[in-house]
Amino acid sequence: MNATALENFQAAFPDATCKAVLDSVVIDVQPDKLESTLAGLKNDPAFNCGLLLDVTGIDYRDYPETKDARFYVVYTVRNWQDNLLVQVRTPVADPEKGIPTATHLFGSALWGEREVWDQYGINFQNHPDLRRILNHYQFEGHPLRKDYDIRKGQVCIGNDSLEKEIRARLANNGVAESTMKDINTEIMFLNLGPSHPATHGAIRLLTALDGETIMANVNEIGYLHRGFEKTSENLTYNQIIPLTDRLNYCSSMMNNIAYVKAVESWLGVEITERAQFMRVVLSEFYRVLDHLVCIAANMVDMGGLTNYWYLYNEKEAAYDFISRLTGARLTSSFTRIGGMYRDFYEGWESDLELHLRDIEKGIGDSIKLVLKNRIVHDRTKGVCVLSAEDALSYGFTGPTLRASGVPFDLRKDAPYYNYESFDFEIPVGSEGDIYDRIMIRFEEMFQSIRIIRQAMKFIPEGSVFIEDSQVVLPPKADVYNNIEGLANHFKLIFEGVKTPAGEWYDSYEAANGELGFHFVSDGSGRPYKLKVRPPCFYIMGGFHKMVEGNMIADAVINLGSINIIGGELDR
Amino acid sequence: MALGLEAKLGDNVMTSTLDYIVNWGRENSLWPFVYGTACCAIEFMSTAASLHDISRYGAEVVRFSPRQADLLLVCGTVSYKQAPILKRIYEQMPEPKWVIAIGACASSGGIYDNYCTVQGIDTIIPVDVYISGCPPRPEAILDALMKIQDQIRGESVLVDRHKEFKGILD
Ligand code: SF4
Repeated sequence: MNATALENFQAAFPDATCKAVLDSVVIDVQPDKLESTLAGLKNDPAFNCGLLLDVTGIDYRDYPETKDARFYVVYTVRNWQDNLLVQVRTPVADPEKGIPTATHLFGSALWGEREVWDQYGINFQNHPDLRRILNHYQFEGHPLRKDYDIRKGQVCIGNDSLEKEIRARLANNGVAESTMKDINTEIMFLNLGPSHPATHGAIRLLTALDGETIMANVNEIGYLHRGFEKTSENLTYNQIIPLTDRLNYCSSMMNNIAYVKAVESWLGVEITERAQFMRVVLSEFYRVLDHLVCIAANMVDMGGLTNYWYLYNEKEAAYDFISRLTGARLTSSFTRIGGMYRDFYEGWESDLELHLRDIEKGIGDSIKLVLKNRIVHDRTKGVCVLSAEDALSYGFTGPTLRASGVPFDLRKDAPYYNYESFDFEIPVGSEGDIYDRIMIRFEEMFQSIRIIRQAMKFIPEGSVFIEDSQVVLPPKADVYNNIEGLANHFKLIFEGVKTPAGEWYDSYEAANGELGFHFVSDGSGRPYKLKVRPPCFYIMGGFHKMVEGNMIADAVINLGSINIIGGELDR
Repeated sequence: MALGLEAKLGDNVMTSTLDYIVNWGRENSLWPFVYGTACCAIEFMSTAASLHDISRYGAEVVRFSPRQADLLLVCGTVSYKQAPILKRIYEQMPEPKWVIAIGACASSGGIYDNYCTVQGIDTIIPVDVYISGCPPRPEAILDALMKIQDQIRGESVLVDRHKEFKGILD
């Protein structure tokens, strides 16, 4: 972040304090200025931050340094064109009273703020629909507050009816009570899920139908909320890596890489060239795997089971290949802070090439089945269209955003690990319909394979670990043979990698979009707070925008086309 | 060569016990309901796919309605929010029914020992076979299926299963 940019911010927001943290600008404002600051960031062409990435709360109750308020709320916004990342922080003096909402500025604040309320109990004044999102409706208390005991489970009996919400949504869409009662247009409520084959996991869609047309849609998530964030607060930085596998479990290694990249960025650690190349190769390989599963499942929803076998068999073969490298088929846990768990095995390169060829063949076969297939075209073209404007407002990133015509990809716009020197393209859609979403994933797989081949050509020899006894474990020979090595090992395992006190946000282009991590460190080896910015969560938050006005059967394939993964959605 | 009654009845008739015949039918045509919530469900997909091919055990007819299924496969983490749903699904399945807890999460809560995760589905519904692993390999899932088959072989049609079970939701 250069100094002039920072001065521009300070000049535009004189009541706030602006500082640069890593690549982002952090603006501290008082709650009464929050609205105007966010509006300024969004509407002022000099900043143009139209993408609200995430909202999160922080509880400073046990933080070593005293703050002026126990709770803070942080909004993370981005100007995707100029790679500008801004975090707006505001203190919350009284959580009951809360702070003003940002829902009128950004659609993504609807779910983002709900989550903060659910987890921290911070109120957002004038939020239209402030209620639980991850925890169940009978839950009492707010689990991410530091005084909530991590083991205190609460039994839930029954289900939230969501009737109030769906009626509000109907009214919002201009369906009057009288129409609903009229015998000719009687509205039928149809519930899909949480356990339904088309939801690919536990998500609940509630729709109000007129015939087969969806007049209103409300969704409930949180069925797979597993307390990732609270659990992380009690683990050392390296111990969290296995937990990250289970965020988006279709591309576990991408989460591993995104996570360690975020920690390393704060530590100021530059990993070795070889490790960087390995991370590129593995990221892209997993991007392919993720897209394979997404498209395969999506085709099944459409009735094309043959596609499923063409695509899934390649994935199945790739699992065994991956287990040769990492020891596990699905949950890889392959990265470490400061490098990789180990180097590629001997013969990896030829194995990889074989698999790439098989995958290309599988994709080719599958494309042949869909490209000129009338059924696929009729069912996907012009269906569940989402405009670029709505996509940005709801915080979409990744292939789903690009399908709506916004060419934002962190690999191009904020490159890391030498992505700027690889030759690849970012496919962009023109319509924002299901067809575009599927085709973009197909094309991205070819682009990823291109990157892998280039990276394997130029990958340098060398260590996969940096040399820093504060960060990486000593070699086993030292641990067993001398006391320094043993002490070093012991300290790193028990106390964890110590990070300097502070807060930061770092992100990475995962298969579904921008996967970000927001950390608060108190200087110890365990994060004081860790918030994931999952791409799925915000995509699901805009689901109703895509399906309302379409048919119920379209909603099913639309859900498949945006690739919702429960682990990441609910964490 | 047939003996006793069978010798009298000729070549076209065989005798057996009722349990034997019924169990033989049940064990080789288990219809699973996959309650897939998380990562473990991906490994179930692999178990069903061509390479491991669950249909070798006659269990490939995956049903999405609990009313048509007799084997409940719980693949993945079950949170308190899901618990009533799982219980409802179990209750909707007609007798006789069997349950496999696939993976560490379903068996014990796994790595998630916290406020939102049910510490093993056997606190909600009765479980017949547990599989360890996070996630278990497809072979382990097939192994559990064979264990269920073994178990069925030893059962009697006249005995009710799991009548006294009481979970946290009862
Ligand atoms: S046991 Fe492991 S792989 Fe299976 S659902 Fe739990 S965390 Fe995921």
